[in-house]
Amino acid sequence: MIKNTLILFIENKKALLGAVILLLFILLGLFARVIAPYGPKQDSDINGKFPLMSQPCRQHLLGTTHAGHDIFSRLIYGTRVTLSVGLIAGIISTFIALTLGMISGYMKGYVDDIISFITNVFLVIPSLPLVIVIASYITIKGIFPIILILSLTDWAWGARVVRAQVLSMGEREFVKAAEVLGERSIVIVFREIFPNIISLVMATFFTSTIAAIIGEATLEFIGLGNVSTVTWGTMLFWAQNNAALLFGAWWWFLPPGLFIGLLGTSFALMNFAIDEISNPKIRKR
Amino acid sequence: MKFFLRKFFWFLFALLVAVTINFGLPRMMPGDPASILVDRLSGLDDHSMDAIRAAFGVDTDKSIFRQYLDYLANLARGDLGVSISNYPLRVWDVLSKAMPWTIGLMGIASLLSFIMGTTIGIMVGWKRDTKLSSTVLGLFLFIRSFPYFWFGLILVYFFAFRNPLLPLGGAHDVGVFTKDGWGFVKSVLYHGLLPGLTITISSMGYWMLTIRNNMINVLAEDYITVAKAKGLSPYQIKFQYAARNAILPSVSGFAMALGFIIGGSLLTEMVFSYPGIGFMLYQAVQEQDYPLIQAIFLFIALSVMVANFLSDMVIMILDPRVRDGKQQ
Repeated sequence: MIKNTLILFIENKKALLGAVILLLFILLGLFARVIAPYGPKQDSDINGKFPLMSQPCRQHLLGTTHAGHDIFSRLIYGTRVTLSVGLIAGIISTFIALTLGMISGYMKGYVDDIISFITNVFLVIPSLPLVIVIASYITIKGIFPIILILSLTDWAWGARVVRAQVLSMGEREFVKAAEVLGERSIVIVFREIFPNIISLVMATFFTSTIAAIIGEATLEFIGLGNVSTVTWGTMLFWAQNNAALLFGAWWWFLPPGLFIGLLGTSFALMNFAIDEISNPKIRKR
Repeated sequence: MKFFLRKFFWFLFALLVAVTINFGLPRMMPGDPASILVDRLSGLDDHSMDAIRAAFGVDTDKSIFRQYLDYLANLARGDLGVSISNYPLRVWDVLSKAMPWTIGLMGIASLLSFIMGTTIGIMVGWKRDTKLSSTVLGLFLFIRSFPYFWFGLILVYFFAFRNPLLPLGGAHDVGVFTKDGWGFVKSVLYHGLLPGLTITISSMGYWMLTIRNNMINVLAEDYITVAKAKGLSPYQIKFQYAARNAILPSVSGFAMALGFIIGGSLLTEMVFSYPGIGFMLYQAVQEQDYPLIQAIFLFIALSVMVANFLSDMVIMILDPRVRDGKQQ
């Protein structure tokens, strides 16, 4: 089942394109040191200080910031933190969604009632404003609070979808058969049900990762992140705070957003492909 | 009726949770931000200081439960405290000045995006194998992945900075007032165009994708085949058979998506310095004006919950299965 899904996934053109874009970004992050011409906070080399707010030129492909940092290098180094925050927050919130969704969908009864209740509350509380409120109270600025806040506020939708799916799986013959055979609940959930909702799990992961990446960029853009870390979000923060727009410095604010969008698109493409694979009606005839 | 009551109590309860979160946050946070804040402010007059201390539960001898009850009572009277960055103005007065801008901008923009996105989605879902459909779909997947605020920045750059066709920000020209009548309206529309466009275009993709997938699901149903066999015109099948059924999930998803759209719109206002709730939130965050931040959160939560409740009511009217209490 898992193998079949994977094969279908790779055969799907959208999925392949999305995976390739993601892979490129991962490579960019891993080999930032090799690819980037300068360090992310380097403001001089053997030829002396870098110019401040320079336009794109041969030495600085995307110009420099107000502090003389090379924007192109920052863009490449920024991939690291942005991508890791997105992926880690995505994994954590998918994990929460999956655990709660599977427990409440399979256990039913009052456990289900309680979990569904909490899920529904989290669904109607608008997450971005909540994230902003929490972040504004946090005195320790950094990556970890951001990951924590984003993953704790973004699991509800996934939990609801997983629950619904597990609920309908629980009625299928193969699950009933396993129950009759006397398998323990935990074994049934993981061995019988889990492989059948793997595409849903992937979809949840992709969706929450996109949300986390945009959420991170948003928080950092309004200055609620640690502004001294180099990420695409903080790049936009510095560009905005130094009126890059009014200097016409498109090379400062355009590329980080474009990268966020491209990364988001790659996850959206894979998400879309998963939808096509798991729902044969949507698949191309 | 049972459905209505259940939804209504649910609405009240969700609201209470939001209020409780709002009450609990400053008291739960590590590093005691409330005390720091109170220390920083200790120049204000006694009355305001008492109000602020009470709002954050700092060095009061009241029990937490008592504080909670007081908090609820204050809220019920519409007393949200004093805004620190706009001292001595009250939070409610500051907030009510910003509200109309946000409600106007977001209301119009989300309505437009719902109508346009849904229409395009119906077209794309109906003829999904054409090259045009795939292109439109790909384009929206791409646009949807950008943060709203960045999209806003790009629009400002091209349409206000490079080609100064539209204003850089604000809600109306300086020196134009409500009493100017038509001139004021024109100025407001002119200033609202770019932020409105940002929200509309950024959120359109959501509606388009939702209804496209629903269309495709519905088009595979037997009653569509029957409709075709009966020889109904494609127009009738498309709108009266397919789209009509495909639109239900979009309506029930409206409120859920609203939370997301509001989030994006807040940021859009920040980019355009549009004097609504979002820009105010931005300023409040910069100035650590916690009473204002919290009031804004509460206001947004309340709006989303009201919208949720309303969309449940619309579903109740549209979907006979829900009306008869057979399905949730």
